[in-house]
Amino acid sequence: MAQFRVCPQSGLYFHKSAESLMKANAVAAVVFLLLAGVLALLVTLTRWPTVHLLPADAFYMVLTAHGINALLFWIIFFEMAVLYFASSTLLRSRLATPRWAWLGFWLMIIGAITTNVAIFQGASSVMMTSYVPMPAEPHFYLGLILFAVGALIGCFVFLGTLAVAKGENTYDGSIPLVTFGALTACIIAIFTIASGAIILIPTFLWSVGLISYIDPVMYRIVWWAMGHSSQQINVATHVAIWYAIAAIVFGAKPMSEKVSRGAYLLYILFLQLASAHHILVDPGVSSTWKIFNTSYAMYLAVLASMIHGLTVPGAIEAAQRKKGYTNGIFEWLRKAPWSNPVFSGMFMSLIMFGFLGGITGVVMGTEQINIIIHNTLYVPGHFHATVVAGTTLAFMAITYFLVPVLFRRELILPGLAKWQPYIFSIGIILFTLFMMGAGTMGVSRRHWDMSFADASTILGMTFEYPGTAKLMMGIVGISGVLSIIGGAMYVLIVVGSLLFGKKLEASAGFWQNFGVPLADSCYSPTRPERLGRPPVIEEHGSAGFEAPGTFVLAIVFLVTFVVYYFINWKYLASVWPMS
Amino acid sequence: MSAILPPAERLWWNTPVGRQEIVWVGIALLWCLILFAMMPYWHVYGKQNLSNEAYKIYPAAYETKVKAMVDQYKVREEGPQLIPVVHPPAGSDVYILARLWQWWPILELEKNQTYRLHLSSLDWQHGFSLQPLNINLQVIPGYEMVVTMTPDTSGEYTIVCNEYCGIMHHTMLGKIFVKE
Amino acid sequence: MNHDTHTSPGTETEPVPAMQQILDNHFLLLFLGIALPTVLYIVWGIMEVVSIPIAK
Repeated sequence: MAQFRVCPQSGLYFHKSAESLMKANAVAAVVFLLLAGVLALLVTLTRWPTVHLLPADAFYMVLTAHGINALLFWIIFFEMAVLYFASSTLLRSRLATPRWAWLGFWLMIIGAITTNVAIFQGASSVMMTSYVPMPAEPHFYLGLILFAVGALIGCFVFLGTLAVAKGENTYDGSIPLVTFGALTACIIAIFTIASGAIILIPTFLWSVGLISYIDPVMYRIVWWAMGHSSQQINVATHVAIWYAIAAIVFGAKPMSEKVSRGAYLLYILFLQLASAHHILVDPGVSSTWKIFNTSYAMYLAVLASMIHGLTVPGAIEAAQRKKGYTNGIFEWLRKAPWSNPVFSGMFMSLIMFGFLGGITGVVMGTEQINIIIHNTLYVPGHFHATVVAGTTLAFMAITYFLVPVLFRRELILPGLAKWQPYIFSIGIILFTLFMMGAGTMGVSRRHWDMSFADASTILGMTFEYPGTAKLMMGIVGISGVLSIIGGAMYVLIVVGSLLFGKKLEASAGFWQNFGVPLADSCYSPTRPERLGRPPVIEEHGSAGFEAPGTFVLAIVFLVTFVVYYFINWKYLASVWPMS
Repeated sequence: MSAILPPAERLWWNTPVGRQEIVWVGIALLWCLILFAMMPYWHVYGKQNLSNEAYKIYPAAYETKVKAMVDQYKVREEGPQLIPVVHPPAGSDVYILARLWQWWPILELEKNQTYRLHLSSLDWQHGFSLQPLNINLQVIPGYEMVVTMTPDTSGEYTIVCNEYCGIMHHTMLGKIFVKE
Repeated sequence: MNHDTHTSPGTETEPVPAMQQILDNHFLLLFLGIALPTVLYIVWGIMEVVSIPIAK
């Protein structure tokens, strides 16, 4: 018999098995974030020219590990928790097949450990992309395959839970928008993982000698169907978290279900095509293929992101105006709860994802402009703006909500928590801006020594980047350290709260953090009341320009976008003619 | 709290959309179409486009082609590894090969002349990053890429490898000299 | 939160619009979300790579 508890703070229902799985996945995520953060510090301190901490071999090993732990393990573990939350908790349904979900979890753990062992043994420093024919040890690929299979099981448990909820009639009408966003993430995840299997299984067989040749261009096309799409899972997920936080903190109602869900549909159909961003200067694929795919079929997924960028703050503004913050264009924003890290983290994630990550992603994904950007530091500059400033900060923000609600512990150090999103954001804004600046000046990504000192002894050749580029890399180093301090604050607050935070439930002990259920008395075998539709209020739609402040922000965004886009065309026009 | 609740209306698709959203979707869609149109436009009117010319080739066969050019047009050698400097005739096919960890040979080109530059790798993947211009191309073993280039500035240009290619990746430099 | 209290009579029998039915059909969305990128990105891309000529 399925057991549920209701959270007295939020009114959310937690299915006992689902609750344990969310906790286990979230804790695993934070552990891998900690590891990724330590590795990030080593990478940053090496690329900071005056510090240049690690020797070359250690640098490339640490960089490989940083990419995989941050981009795959931290984020996908957290996303598993989000999937279970969005299906079981938000739909008031039991989780389908918790045993399979646990199998998935353990496969992911074993896979993550296996790949980390392979990397730190030192013979698999192939970067996250592991481009053939550069070989890694077989267990490097094997670990990734196990991790992917585990995540795939998690996706099917999510879909199964949607089916259970529908079959057992736990909710009325359509699934909530946040659950729909999670569904979008799940669909993209299944495509991602299937592509990963298509390419990593043959690569594993190649590494043990059973296959003699893997075509490097085909590898790149299929690998990026995984590598880039996995970042699109993050986009779908963190947009869902923005909507969730707008609802939780402000009671905000989506401006239009039709528009928001339509935008998610564009994600489902087109977002994954952008894997072509990485193939734009490759031989062997035509410009037709490149233009169609890199533009998500005429930028329809960009349209979707621009819609979410309006509707999330627009819903917040409408809710704030209803509460009486109606003076001027921006009172609703000025009087927002900026000292609540759930809100401040979410809002800065939205702003930074749009202005830093979104605009630069479109610019560098333009077929011809990519010529002046491919494989420079601009690329990691861009994706740290999407994945660190966008996804990671959104995940941090929702964690501050989940610690009391899911883990039943009060946050320790609330003063520190208040500042954490700001320190992290300032660090990451400077870090990504100056990284992209250095990339514009030609500085290479994945490169140990921008001074090329060894090249002059070996080849007798010298080269120096402009002095500004070196200065920028110094700022990248300092701001990287600052954002890592922000990340460390998050880990400290979360781990500290789970261990020492005031118990909001007497039985919320040490082992409960890892998935052991609370005391039996917390749960009841009666099914939660069916999730009904809220009352219809004619607050949106006919109201006209209900969020003028948001509209102004959106226009500022558009102008920035247009100007920066054409600046890059101008820069491209200055290099040697090519055809 | 309604993004985490089912839509209020049973037939939410029929709920009218606010004017603000309609205006923004219209503006955004227009901008997306401009973004899209810029790429074909640049293929017709822009000067920086990649050709779609590429061939499959065995690394050894590519090496043979590069060596033939070097034997014919070598003018001198440079550095401790005696990397040849070649000066092929203006307008000809010129070749560079990438291997662990060098770009071979060094090209000497003439300003404002057009060359068909061939690129391929003999071993792993490499990244052709021409500095300080910042022209970046992916170099892949088994594939020969052809780009028609017209150097319109003179001077010494450096090829940095910007695709990670192993422990000495950071030493992999090459040169292109453009003479007036 | 009883869903009956706020719907006017008659709306329960109105047919659900086709687009809403599609957006509520999770497995149809799953199929589309996998089929489209598989065909447009992977299959088309691989076909182009396969059709590259061999160098002379």
